[in-house]
Amino acid sequence: MTRKSDNPIVSLVSRIISPFIMLFALYVIFHGHYSPGGGFQGGTMLAAAVLLIRLSAGNEIAQLQFKKDLGTILGSIGVLVYFGTGFLVMLLGGKFLDYKYLAKILPVSEVMARSWGILFVEIGVGIAVMGLLVAIYDDLLEGDPL
Amino acid sequence: MKTLDFMLGHYAYWFTLALLAIGLYGMMMKKNLVKKLIGMTIFQVSVIIFYIAGSSKWGGTVPVMDKAIDVADSTKYINPLPHTLMLTAIVVGVATTGVAFALVISIYKRYKTLDETVLLEGMKKDSDSDE
Amino acid sequence: MKFVNYLILIVFGCLMIYASMGLPSRGDTDAILNRDISPVNSPNAGVHYIKNAYKDAHTPNMVTVTLADYRGYDTMGETTVIFTAGIICFLLLRKKRNINDKKE
Repeated sequence: MTRKSDNPIVSLVSRIISPFIMLFALYVIFHGHYSPGGGFQGGTMLAAAVLLIRLSAGNEIAQLQFKKDLGTILGSIGVLVYFGTGFLVMLLGGKFLDYKYLAKILPVSEVMARSWGILFVEIGVGIAVMGLLVAIYDDLLEGDPL
Repeated sequence: MKTLDFMLGHYAYWFTLALLAIGLYGMMMKKNLVKKLIGMTIFQVSVIIFYIAGSSKWGGTVPVMDKAIDVADSTKYINPLPHTLMLTAIVVGVATTGVAFALVISIYKRYKTLDETVLLEGMKKDSDSDE
Repeated sequence: MKFVNYLILIVFGCLMIYASMGLPSRGDTDAILNRDISPVNSPNAGVHYIKNAYKDAHTPNMVTVTLADYRGYDTMGETTVIFTAGIICFLLLRKKRNINDKKE
């Protein structure tokens, strides 16, 4: 799994398809309001786009796209965005995770402020799931001799 | 006819219970550690499918609001609560499988085997030589 | 020893099939899951979420509103679970340095 695949079809097709998978995953995250989808589904698809390159081009070349230590950092940033939204609402005077107090910062009505709060939380969950799934894969292949 | 109606209403649960029994068989009877982990994953998936199958409703549609179907008539939409809880359950299953594979790799580095009987003998020899 | 294992498996299977006799038929519109009032005379949570999701959050998808707004604590706990799993995998499988060769 750490060696470059020597089949030309696999190398070429995985390099062409991987950006489109990332684009569709962003669509699934941001359209979680209007169709089935949301944070978890989009985060898993983003992780699948990164892992496709790791499986087909070997570990050495895939480090150029997405470094090995970046997984846990992105996971921590995602969890921080989720908790940060909750604490921001508490600083504005409401209870924890009560999104209607976000109307004091953003220039929207109270009902739309809840919609924006849901969007921030879903983005946080998507980034966290992507970072942590790639980090688990990289840690499982830590000491694999080439 | 009552027996036929009963079987038509309950056959979905019996298929899910068959998956549960297959998962339990894999966890108990196999000796390789990785095969036991595959049995645990099948067990988790069968519980998730049971909840999703049990929450369906005749005449109801997906819990996404349609402009043509009024929301005040709540018999036209299925209950969104089991679907929400099962999203969390899927991610928890992934996390458990990841940690389990990390533990299997650590065991292999220390004892150099993945077989259950050889592993138990190695652990007993370790605890005997410690005292 | 293997006979006891098979016996436990068969007894478990029969117990599960006996327990599934008491479940309602799949898709029954009169099941307890789909009613308006629960058996202890309190409103059903799922029906309340269906009726008020668009009014409260201006979002058509009821599952996302339930997951991130009405039940936000559960999603917070679940994000903590997968974060802990990632940290555990990192701590179990890093290369350990030898205590004797420090570079000083």
